[in-house]
Amino acid sequence: MEKERQVLVVFPHPDDEAFGVSGTIATHVQNGTPVTYACLTLGEMGRNMGNPPFTNRENLPIIRKKELQDAAAIMGIQDLRMLGFRDKTIEFEEEDKMDAIFDSLIQELNPSLIITFYPGYSVHPDHEATGAAVVRTVGRMPAEKRPKLHCVAFSNNCVEELGEADIINYIAPVSDTKIATIKAHRSQTELMFANIEANQNDTDPKFMAWLENERFWTYKF
Amino acid sequence: MMKPIELEKVQKAIEQMADKDVYLHLETTNGAYASHFDETFFSSGAYIRNALVRYETGKITGPGPYRVGLKISLGWVYAEGITHFEIDENNRLLLAGHDYKGKLAVALELSHTPFD
Repeated sequence: MEKERQVLVVFPHPDDEAFGVSGTIATHVQNGTPVTYACLTLGEMGRNMGNPPFTNRENLPIIRKKELQDAAAIMGIQDLRMLGFRDKTIEFEEEDKMDAIFDSLIQELNPSLIITFYPGYSVHPDHEATGAAVVRTVGRMPAEKRPKLHCVAFSNNCVEELGEADIINYIAPVSDTKIATIKAHRSQTELMFANIEANQNDTDPKFMAWLENERFWTYKF
Repeated sequence: MMKPIELEKVQKAIEQMADKDVYLHLETTNGAYASHFDETFFSSGAYIRNALVRYETGKITGPGPYRVGLKISLGWVYAEGITHFEIDENNRLLLAGHDYKGKLAVALELSHTPFD
């Protein structure tokens, strides 16, 4: 993985980074690169309450905020920004307002790499709106000043339409950190975690390939 | 802590909040990924937070999962699929319906003060 000057990660929900990006983040941190994680919401609309329930609609954000802080600490992120938006409302915010927030982050941090969702190929409306705002903002910069933009895509049609990911980060050296990050988002990941551990013991090659390789598409303007 | 519905307790809590201005949270959801995992699934949902309402009568009914209806000044509020309740430390009545995997499918909450 190339050494970066500064990385800016922009996602709408705590845990958006866990499965596909946390190994990349941890690697940048290990390389000595400062990483800022701007997380727009606290995932207030999460649905997993447990059976029997371990929380309720009103307390879930408090739990998820703590999980996000723990996950950031595990990845070694020094600069976590919680932007205070509400889950599932990003696409209804004024575009200019969103763009201004990202513009000011970029001005402040001067990142050499931004990681966000690929608009059009990231399924959840908050993912789409977040990625679109970042792409618009970066797109307005003069081409030679733009940071690299690595996007996460996982819609069913993403490979068909975008082709295979052009960036594949092999993160096996930090896979323990990645698993700990996934575990930190316990309210969201506990259910699937049983499977993860079972698979890990088998060292199922398909699972290990998925875990150890993080895929991104460079956004092309 | 959310607990399985106890009809009498919930009915009493509903009645205690009648004829007062109360803040309402109401949502239904299939989750944002429903159509991603099953492309034949028609995803829908609705959400309102901090609507200020006043109801004259309210009831919880059904064999479980339960239905809750509130007759407000000029209309109605209702929710179906309610399985759990909690009266929290702020004296808010939290009602929710959780599916068999413990995922929230519907929520109806009433509070004397605005929700965060």
